[in-house]
Amino acid sequence: MIIDHPLLGPRDSSEFVYLGDARMLDRPDPDAPDAARAFYEYGYLRDNPAGPHRELWFHEGGDRSWLVVTRDTVTHEITRVEMARDVARAKGRST
Amino acid sequence: MRYSGFRVIREALRGHTGWGAAWRDPEPKDHYDIIVIGGGGHGLATAHYLAKVHGQHRVAVIEKGWIGGGNVGRNTTIIRSNYLLDGNEPFYELSLKLWEGLEQDLNYNAMVSQRGIINLLHSDAQRDAYIRRGNAMMLNGADAELLDAAAVRKEYPYLNFNDARFPIKGGLAQRRGGTVRHDAVAWGYARGADSRGVDIIQNCAVTGFRIEEGRCIGVETERGFIGAKKVGCAVAGNSGRVMDMAGMRLPIESHVLQAFVSEGLKPVLPGVVTFGAGHFYVSQSDKGGLVFGGDIDGYNSYAQRGNLPTVEDVCEGGMAIMPMIGRARLLRMWGGIMDMSMDGSPIIDRTPVEGLYFNGGWCYGGFKATPASGYCFAHLLATDQPHPVATALRFDRFERGYMIDEKGMGNQPNLH
Amino acid sequence: MSQPNRLSGGLIDRSAELSFSFAGEIYKGHPGDTLASALLANDVRLMGRSFKYHRPRGPLAAGSEEPNAIVELRSGARREPNTRATTAELYDGLVAEPQNCWPSLRLDAMAINDKLSNFLTAGFYYKTFMWPAAFWEKLYEPIIRKAAGLGSLSMEEDPDTYDKGFLHCDLLVTGGGAAGLMAALTAGRAGRSVILADEDFTFGGRLLAERESVGGMAGADWAAQAVAELATLPSVRLMPRTTVIGAFDHGIHGALERVSDHLAVPAEGKPRQILWRIYAEQSLLCAGAIERPIAFENNDRPGIMLAGALRTYANRYAATPARRVAIFTCNDNGHRSAADLHAQGIEIAAVIDTRADAPDSDNYPVHKGAQVIDSRGRLDLKSVRVREADGTEHMIPCGALGVSGGWNPNVHLTCHQRGRPVWDDALSAFVPGKDLPPGMTVAGAARGIFSTHGALASGADGAAEALGIAAADVPTADDAPVSQTPFWYVEGCSRAWLDQQNDVTVKDVKLSHQEGFRSVEHLKRYTTLGMATDQGKTSNIGGLAIMAEIAGKSIPEVGTTIFRPPYTPVAIGAFAGRMRGKEFHPTRLTPSHYWAEERGAVFVEVGNWLRAQWFPLPGEKHWRESVDREVRATRASVGVCDCTTLGKIDVQGVDAAAFLNKLYCNGFAKLAVGKVRYGLMLREDGIAMDDGTAARLAEDHFVVTTTTANAGRVYQHMEFVRQCLFPDMDVQLVSTTEAWAQYAVAGPNARKLLQKVVDPEFDLSNEAFPFMACGEITVCGGLRARLFRISFSGELAYELAVPARYGDAMMRRLMDEGAEFDVVPYGTEALGVMRIEKGHAAGNELNGTTTALELGMGRMVSTKKDSIGTVLSKREGLNEEAGLRLVGVKPLNPADRITAGGHLMNAGGPVDAAHDQGYVTSAAYSPDMGSMIGLAFVKSGDARLGEKMRLVSPVTDLTVDVELASAHFIDPEGGRQRA
Repeated sequence: MIIDHPLLGPRDSSEFVYLGDARMLDRPDPDAPDAARAFYEYGYLRDNPAGPHRELWFHEGGDRSWLVVTRDTVTHEITRVEMARDVARAKGRST
Repeated sequence: MRYSGFRVIREALRGHTGWGAAWRDPEPKDHYDIIVIGGGGHGLATAHYLAKVHGQHRVAVIEKGWIGGGNVGRNTTIIRSNYLLDGNEPFYELSLKLWEGLEQDLNYNAMVSQRGIINLLHSDAQRDAYIRRGNAMMLNGADAELLDAAAVRKEYPYLNFNDARFPIKGGLAQRRGGTVRHDAVAWGYARGADSRGVDIIQNCAVTGFRIEEGRCIGVETERGFIGAKKVGCAVAGNSGRVMDMAGMRLPIESHVLQAFVSEGLKPVLPGVVTFGAGHFYVSQSDKGGLVFGGDIDGYNSYAQRGNLPTVEDVCEGGMAIMPMIGRARLLRMWGGIMDMSMDGSPIIDRTPVEGLYFNGGWCYGGFKATPASGYCFAHLLATDQPHPVATALRFDRFERGYMIDEKGMGNQPNLH
Repeated sequence: MSQPNRLSGGLIDRSAELSFSFAGEIYKGHPGDTLASALLANDVRLMGRSFKYHRPRGPLAAGSEEPNAIVELRSGARREPNTRATTAELYDGLVAEPQNCWPSLRLDAMAINDKLSNFLTAGFYYKTFMWPAAFWEKLYEPIIRKAAGLGSLSMEEDPDTYDKGFLHCDLLVTGGGAAGLMAALTAGRAGRSVILADEDFTFGGRLLAERESVGGMAGADWAAQAVAELATLPSVRLMPRTTVIGAFDHGIHGALERVSDHLAVPAEGKPRQILWRIYAEQSLLCAGAIERPIAFENNDRPGIMLAGALRTYANRYAATPARRVAIFTCNDNGHRSAADLHAQGIEIAAVIDTRADAPDSDNYPVHKGAQVIDSRGRLDLKSVRVREADGTEHMIPCGALGVSGGWNPNVHLTCHQRGRPVWDDALSAFVPGKDLPPGMTVAGAARGIFSTHGALASGADGAAEALGIAAADVPTADDAPVSQTPFWYVEGCSRAWLDQQNDVTVKDVKLSHQEGFRSVEHLKRYTTLGMATDQGKTSNIGGLAIMAEIAGKSIPEVGTTIFRPPYTPVAIGAFAGRMRGKEFHPTRLTPSHYWAEERGAVFVEVGNWLRAQWFPLPGEKHWRESVDREVRATRASVGVCDCTTLGKIDVQGVDAAAFLNKLYCNGFAKLAVGKVRYGLMLREDGIAMDDGTAARLAEDHFVVTTTTANAGRVYQHMEFVRQCLFPDMDVQLVSTTEAWAQYAVAGPNARKLLQKVVDPEFDLSNEAFPFMACGEITVCGGLRARLFRISFSGELAYELAVPARYGDAMMRRLMDEGAEFDVVPYGTEALGVMRIEKGHAAGNELNGTTTALELGMGRMVSTKKDSIGTVLSKREGLNEEAGLRLVGVKPLNPADRITAGGHLMNAGGPVDAAHDQGYVTSAAYSPDMGSMIGLAFVKSGDARLGEKMRLVSPVTDLTVDVELASAHFIDPEGGRQRA
């Protein structure tokens, strides 16, 4: 596969390491009253769709960026690649 | 119809006109006591044991394509019970015992061949881990044997004892492990179930569950609604898709695992060999092909096909450990969808929906589990109690913190 | 007589003669021959035996679709089993042997199977060999295995090398026939980068095999002219002998180039083959078509082949299997072969055409509406039995029979991404469907365009459309319409072969249907149709057609099995490339590696690193002697250990402390500058991930160490936490593992030794630089260095880091300066002994399933702050009172061995899994304790110190009485490290 890195252009997927569902960006609030349940769902339950899937790839053999790649799990077509940091910021994940 | 050598001879002498269909092709009834979704190895085994062990005869297996078309028809055919953890080992040992009596039970020769499996070890830490595992196996009543390098060399003199990057320092052997003719497992269970009245309904995709007041009362299918008192789901790589119709998210991701076969060769490999410092395992089929595989591609996929980096990774492992296979040709590569669970171990459990039961999360180890999976799922469906060897294989182990993590990789499915 | 079946003309080079041997006989051929064409020219038709019935077989085809003529090519370690004689290029000295026969090809004992075939029908083995159960492995299976298989491996290491390469292009053209050449010309003339790949050693495809003219010249000449032009175009890469094996995701194609297979041995420094990954923006498949046979009784004798192959042998290779030939056809293609062979002076005994309206000929008899219903000849075809339209039957003597059931577009690669071909009624064949791999289009016969002009035009148009350029001018060529009337099998036939290699007959397909194996996949798996080395290229369609007819369905309703890569089989060595032997994985060496080698160190693989395991001295006979000495000397005076392999990560930024506070379960916010702290990192699931130290060199600067094994994964995790979870923290990470050489200097004289190398302005006294201090210093007169006062051994110890390029010099200096203290280098074994003596966890304890609580560090998990893993670490299963706890273990009798991996049972209690109390993680001989000691996870272990237990290790045949102890075997108060 080829991942079109937003900064570096198209790169072979073998330069990357795969983590999984980009919902892993959504780390729950550890202080919320339902934190235990929320962390269980965050840590263990997956949508696992057959179709478009937003997922995290790490450019280990490159610039060490984490990317959010939108890829179809049936066709493997990649429709979007974003910097995970930008996505995380857009989600309001700031310190 | 009973199969036997005598019968083969008799039919040969009268033009094979007497053979009937191995299983019927029935129209679905309106209602069953139990519906099993998924006509793969696990679903068919479940139906067989429901009928045989629990006397359940109003059972249907509903399959969207042709039976045996999923992972039971596209794996590397290995059976073993060389597991470490208490949550797993008794289950897989039951499976191995069921394999050992399978052909007589089913009256079908699935070519269960206990040719032995050796997991090679390449470091002291790996030896420590294999000693622990071998002991766990033996304490659970399974067989295990720790080999030093010389003993491995005696059995497999052509492994790379010469210039290996990661020298072979020994291996953990399970002599009762081996291989089985995979397609025949599906067909044998189908025949066994069918002969006890189970309806096997092919080309009938489930399109939804009918759930009323928190209770599952049947399934919607391409051929209409089929009612049931209980519904069991055994669809492996498609678990996410099917259970989504019941509104459930699972601790499972679907990944592609590739496997490979070489052209036919005269006998080379007596048993199964697993490389301990790379991604490669191999056996030789009765037809002569080297059947081999390695790691999953590593990304979520429902495509049943993989990509070159993994092919190369596996072949590199093969050449690293068996440099004499260099001129053997890879004939065919294929991919299956693995239901990779969050701790690498399976789930056989009830669901929050009453009357709906789940069997999945087999990762890439589902084939060897087929008999015990069917046996234990049948037990659960029939009695509403987990089978004693499957008590740990529950959904709530993740929330409660009782993971069964053989590899110690945590909640990242592609590392298991 | 030499080459009795050699004809005139052809594309062989008669000026050179090549000598080769097959089955021990010496023959002559010419450059341009394949092994099969040369054997046919030498009047040899028998080339192999079938898989199951060991039937005598000759070539069916003239290309890579060949099922029958497969041989063991070359000898010794280069032996290649299952090599197609039809594609093996002839070279001088070629040696080939028949396979799957004994004692000889002509007289094969296993041919008895053919006599027993009525008992050995499809799937018979599923129905028998079940009793008694033990006989399967002991008796039946070994017999089956021995009889099965095809060729033999040499069992020697492959002596040749394989390379890998990467290519990029605007357009990949697969297949260099009429369509492919025209496509490459179109793209190349427009200056676009194009790769033209063909599995054959000569470009031209069917143009080489036909007598048609293109652009007013012979087709082969036109092809040669096109190739000559392409060779001059700078943006064109011609790749003959290159098979595109698969169309993978995102335009990546795998291709195998056979660089040296046409030579006796590869030229010096050249690989045997190259596996290319071709990154193609667009690809155009011009893979042509494959002729299909007709099934009739005994249609598999040597001499019976595809009519198009007969033509190829005659026109291209100037060879014929016999001087008297018949043709059996259901379309005009058979007549074309007859005409070409006639023109070459071959006697055409008959053209048997199933069509009542077949065309006439002046040159040979045409039997209209007739069928070949049987054949005769044991090792060679002697005659065929013909049933005329009026039902009369008679024999026609002939040495060869060309069969044509029409052509199938070669759709293989169009289906590699799970697309399915669609049925074309006019052609009665599958053609490429709509769901092709993205970027792929199809031209020529592969698309069902069978006329030569059509192929040329569609190649030009295909390239033009793919690249958005103008099509090149297409030369004149034959453009007659082609229609195909299907004729799959002769009514009433039974032992009529479909899959010739696997011996699948019409009868087997009927039985498969009868027994309910009706889906195309069941048919394949039950009968093994299409599973041989040719993957059913000529046979699948016939099986489908017959199944469709029996089942009362149409062929498209029955469907096809899945086409999988590779297109043709590929040597496993080619996929591995150079990653073999010592080059399987990269080898990482520390800066002092060569110094250690000089000292005679024994090395051990730790991940990709090589580390010194111990340093034997002359006279030391057993590794334990060396290790015990290293431990004793270190604890008595001073030792140095290379710990460069630990992961080192530089953490800088205003939020560096806050970041580490999130990362480690214990607190880091308040760590003072100039101090080091031990840190335990959890995964988000609450399980221990890794441990190490973090040293605060400045307010905004930390240096983090990881274990050797987890360096990569921890770095990845840290970047995840930084970029994905806390994207606005002001913190930067960089891995500096390779940048610094690091040495542990441990033992009572460690300070004295260091004082000799550390520059004098740095005060190393216990007051100025206490336990867990760190600082940036200089050594040896100004060399930048870092010093950490941390101890894995439990002794007064430091870790000294210098830039990697000074690592070797630093180690030598430490040895020189330490001579007065009898300094020893120590390896990973002594390191392991000393850490076990101190109860420090390492990889065996941090095994990915253990918690801080189990490791005895439960109280380290801060309850005052959030860090990765704290929430899920509170789950009940990870906090059981009766859960595992890390303890020490020692044998009651000091002479007894204990072993890592042993399980612990209650003394006097039952020994089984249900009563398992825990397991030993690490064990070593402690010279100080005078016995073996170990670390173990034991249920409620911390409350059971002093308890006697039984250690059992049935797999190593060991049972030992042991006692649980504190894991801190040596200096439990920690006085030494603070001294």
